Amino acid sequence: MALTIQEIEKLIKESIPDAIIQIKDLVGDNNHYSAKICSKMFNDLSKIEQHKMVYKSLKGKMGNELHALSITTEGKK
Amino acid sequence: MSTKDEIIKILENNDVCLFMKGTPDAPQCGFSMAVSNTLKHLNVNFKGINILEDENLRNEIKNFSDWPTIPQLYVKKEFIGGCDIVKELFESGDLKKLLIEKKIIN
Repeated sequence: MALTIQEIEKLIKESIPDAIIQIKDLVGDNNHYSAKICSKMFNDLSKIEQHKMVYKSLKGKMGNELHALSITTEGKK
Repeated sequence: MSTKDEIIKILENNDVCLFMKGTPDAPQCGFSMAVSNTLKHLNVNFKGINILEDENLRNEIKNFSDWPTIPQLYVKKEFIGGCDIVKELFESGDLKKLLIEKKIIN
């Protein structure tokens, strides 16, 4: 089962409420996405911790239902 | 030996380890290929571990790093990141810096 952009956004927002999220469906197959996510919650975290926070928000779907999601994270003032 | 011990042994025996889908010469996934090519580009001597050949290893490496995706890059036993982070580090020049600091390349 693939995930839609809306479903991915919703999952991320549940864990990271202030997130500004831009998701692109890279090839139009509901399976290869890139996401840019900005949040205050990333401030003072390492990149690994930031990405882990995004992965956790996806509740185990990453690497399963969601095959490919390229992530860029940024903190926010 | 448990799979976790096996991972620790691999990390102890190799300064730079890339857990990947396929091998450095025949990657089976675009993300694994990207990281492998980045390391080759920087003339890094690294050990590619094909997780597609070992289902236990494939599952355990994700628990080990608490990271759900492959590829995973380790330098001197430290988890550096997956494809996105390695790409960012490479583009900013920080990957090269890190590899020089860790005495992997000159």
